[in-house]
Amino acid sequence: MDKLFVYLQYPFVRYALIVGVLIALCSSLLGVTLVLKRFSFIGDGLSHVAFGAMAVAGVLNLSNEMIVVLPVTVICAILLLRTGNDTKIKGDAAIAMISVGALAFGYLLMNIFSTSANVSGDVCSTLFGSTSILTLSRWEVWLCVVLSLAVAAIFILFYNRIFAVTFDENFSRAAGVNADRYNLLIAVITAVIIVLAMNLVGSLLISALVIFPALSAMRIYGSFRSVTICSAILSVVSALGGILVSIAFGTPVGSTIVAADALVFGICWLIGSLKK
Amino acid sequence: MAYLCVKDLSLGYDGKAILSNLDFTVNEGDYLCIVGENGSGKTTLMKTLLHLQQPISGTITFGDGLSSNEIGYLPQQTLVQRDFPASVAEIVLSGCQARLKNRFFYSREEKKLAEENMERMRISDLSDKCYRELSGGQQQRVLLARALCAARKILLLDEPVTGLDPRVSAELYGLINDLNRQGITIIMISHDISAAVRYASHILHIGSKIYFGTKEDYLKTSLGQYFLQAQEVSNG
Repeated sequence: MDKLFVYLQYPFVRYALIVGVLIALCSSLLGVTLVLKRFSFIGDGLSHVAFGAMAVAGVLNLSNEMIVVLPVTVICAILLLRTGNDTKIKGDAAIAMISVGALAFGYLLMNIFSTSANVSGDVCSTLFGSTSILTLSRWEVWLCVVLSLAVAAIFILFYNRIFAVTFDENFSRAAGVNADRYNLLIAVITAVIIVLAMNLVGSLLISALVIFPALSAMRIYGSFRSVTICSAILSVVSALGGILVSIAFGTPVGSTIVAADALVFGICWLIGSLKK
Repeated sequence: MAYLCVKDLSLGYDGKAILSNLDFTVNEGDYLCIVGENGSGKTTLMKTLLHLQQPISGTITFGDGLSSNEIGYLPQQTLVQRDFPASVAEIVLSGCQARLKNRFFYSREEKKLAEENMERMRISDLSDKCYRELSGGQQQRVLLARALCAARKILLLDEPVTGLDPRVSAELYGLINDLNRQGITIIMISHDISAAVRYASHILHIGSKIYFGTKEDYLKTSLGQYFLQAQEVSNG
C-alpha cells in the first residue's frame, strides 16, 4: 500500500491512470454497440490499420504520429462499417483482409526503413503497448483527455439514436431517420477510441477492451441502459486494477488490464449462470 | 385521394425486375393483405413502400395527409434482435425516434405515448423485462407497440405470425383486427391465406399472376379458389 502512494507521486503514474480510465470508459461505451452489431473484430482490424499507419509515420519521420494515424484509421473505419450490408466482400472478410494487409505492410516498412537499432523491440511495443502508457507526454495526455471526453459526450447525447440504429436499422430508416449518418458517427468514434487505446494496450489487445466489458455486462443485465452503465463500470475497474497491479508487480500494462477484463468476465459469467 | 397510390410499379434488385405492372391503392381504414408464393417479391414490395429500396420504375404517391415516414413498420425479426439486451420499455420508446427531430432525449409526452401503446398491446407488466427472454408472441406485441409509437394512421406488417403457434397467432390477428377497427390502416404480408381472407378487406396477390381487389371479389376468382384449396390441402 505504501509503495502505491509512493508511485502515485510520480506524474507519469498519474497520467497513466487518468488516460487508462478514460480510454477504458470510452471503449466500453461503444463496445456494447459493436458487439451487438456483430462487429467485435473491428477493433482488431482497425488497430492493425493504425499499426500500419504508425509505421508509415515512422518512415516519414514525422514527429507527431497522430496526424497520420488518426485520419487513416477513421477512413478505414468508415469503409469497413459501410460495407456491412450489401457488398461483394462480406464484413468479416473485409475486416480480415484490411487488418492483415495493414499489419504486413507496417512490419515490412518498419524493417526496410528501420531508423532504430531495435526493430523487433519497436514492433513489440506497438503491438502490445508494453511501456508507452508510462511514457506519455503532457501533450498526449491532454489530447487523450479531450478526445475521450468528446467521445463520451457524443455517446451520451446520441445514446437514444445509437440504441435505435443498433437494435433495428431498417425500422429507423422506415421512420425517416438517417441511419447512415449514425453508422458513420459510430465508425468515426470507434476509430478515435482505437487510436487512443493503442497507447494503453497496444494494437493486438484492443479488441479485449472493446468486447470483454460488454460481454460481461450482457451476462448480468437485460436492458440496454444497465448493460451500458455496467460495462463502463467494469471496464474502468479492470483498467484501474490492471494498471495498479502492473505498476506494483512490474508486469506489462496492456496484458495485465486484459487479464483483469477476462477475470471479470469469468466472474460475471458465473453470476449470470447462477441467476438463471 | 387515397393514403397510398401505387401506379405501374416495377421492383427488384440490381435493375432486374422481379415484379412489374403493379397497381393498387390503399384507403383510410383498409386492411390489405399481400399474398403470394415464396420469392414472389412480397418483402421487396414492402421495402420499396418504406423507401428502404428504390423502385425500378413507376410511382408510389402518399396522400390524404399521410407523409412517407408516417408508416409504422413491423419487420421480420433479425438475428441481432434475438439476443439483444434491451428492456421492453426501451424498445417501445425507440418507436418515437423520428419525433426527436433535433432533440437528443425523449420528452415526457413521448414517454407517455410509449406507455399508452404498451397498455394498448397489454404488455405494461412486461415493461422492465428483457426482450430476449419474452415468448415469440410477446416479442411481436412489443414490436407492434413500437410501430404504433412511430405512426398513428397506418401499419405495415411483415409476416407477423411467423414461428408462432396457432393460439398465439390467433391472438395476434385479433389484436391487429382491433387496431384496424380503431381506424388504423393495415397492410400485411402473409403466407397464411386463410387468415388473410378471414380478416382482410382487400387482397393483393402477387406472383406470376397479379390480382388486386376486395376480398369478396378475390374469392370468386379462380386464382383465389386455387390458392385457398392448395393451402387447405397442405394443412391437411
